[in-house]
Amino acid sequence: MSKVEFNKETGPREVFCGLTSIVWLHRRMPDAFFLVVGSRTCAHLIQSAAGVMIFAEPRFGTAILEEKDLAGLADAHEELDRVVNDLIARRPEIKTLFLVGSCPSEVIKLDLATVAKKLNKRFLGQVRFVNYSGSGIETTFTQGEDGALKALIPLMESSDEEKLLLVGTLANNVEDRFKKIFRNLGITDIESFPPRQSTELPKIGKNTKVLLTQPYLSDTVRDLKHRGCEIISAPFPLGIEGSTEWFLAAAKAFKISELKVHEIISPLINRAKLALESHKEILKGKRLFLLPESQLEISLARFLHNECEMDLIEVGTPYLNKDLMKEEINLLPDNTKIVEGQHVEKQLDRVRESNPDLVVCGMGLANPLEAEGISTKWSIEMVFSPIHGIDQAADLAGLFSKPLKRNQILTSKTLVTH
Amino acid sequence: MELTLWTYEGPPHVGAMRIASSMKDIHYVLHAPQGDTYADLLFTMIERRGQRPPVTYTTFQARDLGGDTAELVKKNIKEAVERFKPKTLLVGESCTAELIQDQPGALAKGMGFDIPIVNLELPAYSKKENWGASETFYQLTRTLLKEKVSYSEKISPLRWKEFGRRPKVNILGPSLLGFRCRDDVIEIQRILSEQGIDTNVVAPLGASPDDIERLIDAEVNICLYPEISEASCEWLKRNFGMEYTNTIPIGIKNTIEFINEVHEKLNLPLTNKKELENKSKLPWYSKSVDSNYLTGKRVFIFGDGTHAIAAAKIAKEELGFEVVGLGTYSREMARQVRATAKDLNLEALITNNYLEVEDAMKKAAPELVLGTQMERHSAKRLGIPCSVISTPMHVQDVPARYSPQMGWEGANVIFDDWVHPLMMGLEEHLIDMFKHDFEFVDGHQSHLGHTATNTKDILNSDKKKEKNSKEGIIWTESGRAELTKVPFFVRGKVKTNTEKYAILRGIPEISDETLYDAKAYFS
Repeated sequence: MSKVEFNKETGPREVFCGLTSIVWLHRRMPDAFFLVVGSRTCAHLIQSAAGVMIFAEPRFGTAILEEKDLAGLADAHEELDRVVNDLIARRPEIKTLFLVGSCPSEVIKLDLATVAKKLNKRFLGQVRFVNYSGSGIETTFTQGEDGALKALIPLMESSDEEKLLLVGTLANNVEDRFKKIFRNLGITDIESFPPRQSTELPKIGKNTKVLLTQPYLSDTVRDLKHRGCEIISAPFPLGIEGSTEWFLAAAKAFKISELKVHEIISPLINRAKLALESHKEILKGKRLFLLPESQLEISLARFLHNECEMDLIEVGTPYLNKDLMKEEINLLPDNTKIVEGQHVEKQLDRVRESNPDLVVCGMGLANPLEAEGISTKWSIEMVFSPIHGIDQAADLAGLFSKPLKRNQILTSKTLVTH
Repeated sequence: MELTLWTYEGPPHVGAMRIASSMKDIHYVLHAPQGDTYADLLFTMIERRGQRPPVTYTTFQARDLGGDTAELVKKNIKEAVERFKPKTLLVGESCTAELIQDQPGALAKGMGFDIPIVNLELPAYSKKENWGASETFYQLTRTLLKEKVSYSEKISPLRWKEFGRRPKVNILGPSLLGFRCRDDVIEIQRILSEQGIDTNVVAPLGASPDDIERLIDAEVNICLYPEISEASCEWLKRNFGMEYTNTIPIGIKNTIEFINEVHEKLNLPLTNKKELENKSKLPWYSKSVDSNYLTGKRVFIFGDGTHAIAAAKIAKEELGFEVVGLGTYSREMARQVRATAKDLNLEALITNNYLEVEDAMKKAAPELVLGTQMERHSAKRLGIPCSVISTPMHVQDVPARYSPQMGWEGANVIFDDWVHPLMMGLEEHLIDMFKHDFEFVDGHQSHLGHTATNTKDILNSDKKKEKNSKEGIIWTESGRAELTKVPFFVRGKVKTNTEKYAILRGIPEISDETLYDAKAYFS
């Protein structure tokens, strides 16, 4: 393990809660509906993060708790029943309904598991109900996906057939590319979790080899292990290096020779390196500060340092699972400063003191930092853009080079803001 | 429990944030979990603010709940006061903190700070954003001025005469995330100044706690957005005798009436009454012959109370439209909206459910919709032109150019904003009528976006072009499949680039790999 410096920080934070992951999960599984049981704040959060207005009727909503629901839990359960009945009558195409717990529902101890159990009986054969918590008192941002996937595992049937299971939401086109490459390597039985249809859950068992596509799935991994799955230890498929190691680890698990892997992916690597050049020219030697939000920060730092030659000032992450991130941390340069958790004010003090060329941060902080003359990249874009794999390495670099390039074009660094 | 897919208003603490962020030298400590920080982006992204909202979130977590969350609150309050040195501190809680009952306001008051502390109790499970903004502004005004109540004399609106100076008024209500507030304030100040009236304080937008303490230096309050400032104006009237205006100066008639009302309250003679009619282009533009076709246009109106009521009056009396639907999501303004609707022989729609609004819109079969950004989307789906007249805010509602809704320039803006989509509507009709003529085959994209264009048609026409490709390049199945996965808005460029690359390299067949080779080559 490289000699990285681990730090922990607590205090006021500036991150999304786990509910936000509904924004990409509902797109991944178009036959599922996500019903948040929460407050007006929850509803407002999701619509603000998701740009909901473009949908005629989105496949997510909030059962907003009102005063009378707080008075007695029995009534709240009945009310939730009523809301679910109305919803299913209105949206008969829904196959899986996620009951998503929130901060208020957790605090009043609304038992969504029992509600889901009851509803499963009533709607047997029509709609399946699962529950998980996306609350901000327990989860940040991408951890919501971890909760949702974990909730689906009990529904997955067992099978001892050997297969490769890609775990974590990917953009569809990236997923297709990965599957094609794996097939070329000779791995034929490949499935994805979450699947594109919520009802087509992969079967799992002792010959299932799990390859993670996203670094924020700690709980899902634990439960997959309990079901006998083998977890392939690898860095994450961001950038050429990460993706190459990722393919190699999978090949090794399937006893496919390294030579074969290199034979298949070296043309991809060559063209990706070519494509990366112009971005590297901009990023090289620039100093990077990553604020915590998506849990992709460590992988991004590794890519931006090792392949784009950026200097790392500080790598923030909302949560660090050292076991899951072991391979990534090994690839980081010595003395990388990792900070788990956040005290947003103190961290912003460090941002200002260190005078970075680029800061990766949430949307709430981006414009204020730009107004101070600091270039930013907002991290929510990483979870919405196809950034995984060798062919996307240049696109990933482009997300970071663009703000710097723009800054070069618009030479005046500090502007009067309104 | 209420099923909500989308909501017009946020929770009440977002209303409090609007007041805090609008002002200077104020800090708001919000007892809330980490996810609630999303609200910052409303200000930094939608309003493009270059400063963070002055808010500290206590960020309590599940593991804190068994322990001492009250200590966490105090720690955050202490840090916030030391770091930001506010002149007034707002302390409150969001929905979750309300349930754990730490009473952060009371805690803050016991910490011995020598600044005023406003304890905000905003019931998150029964109230909404505008109420929260109004309550916050009211509590702030009350806290900062209550000591002066006992020794201040009632303020006579005529006292400017004794003082031998121009009359002074306060403009109350404009805030961040309010519809075109930034420009309305400029317009109203300009109008008042032309009439010989000075502005004492504008609040909350741009005001500091010191300015709030100066409110009583004015004679009269202008209640510009009753949703935000009526409660405060009423308190100032009750305790200091300050009169406030009721007319909202949106549209020509209302602007003139507003000027009259201010003059009457101040007992200031109105000398330029005749001129007022000619301050805006709206009356003449509306009268000019080409506006004939506007007569009796069916218009459906939905928005916050203030803007919906004003829109109904302008539509009917100043543009000659027929109002076929009127409603609001502001429950606090329901009574006034119902009264306005009744005058138009309509039943007002009072709802927070946008699907109900869309249904009502469909039934009313309007030719123009005046609504929020949500009605813009509903209208787009129904193929009806729309202009946005009200919050909730969208980045489009914060235009770079001067674009008020109030006063003379506001009337000009309204004429353009409402009539242009209608003209486009007419154009739409013409396009539809002539679409089979060869001149209209290409490039006449509907302003309503893609509603009129079938995606399949695009793909089909793409395929046709592929076959006709002069260079004899063939797209293989895998290449074509990959191309369809590219987002539509860049698909054309990707296609052209890939073909260019294929020609360059002498590749006769384009596979998915060629596409990625080309992508790498051109990036």
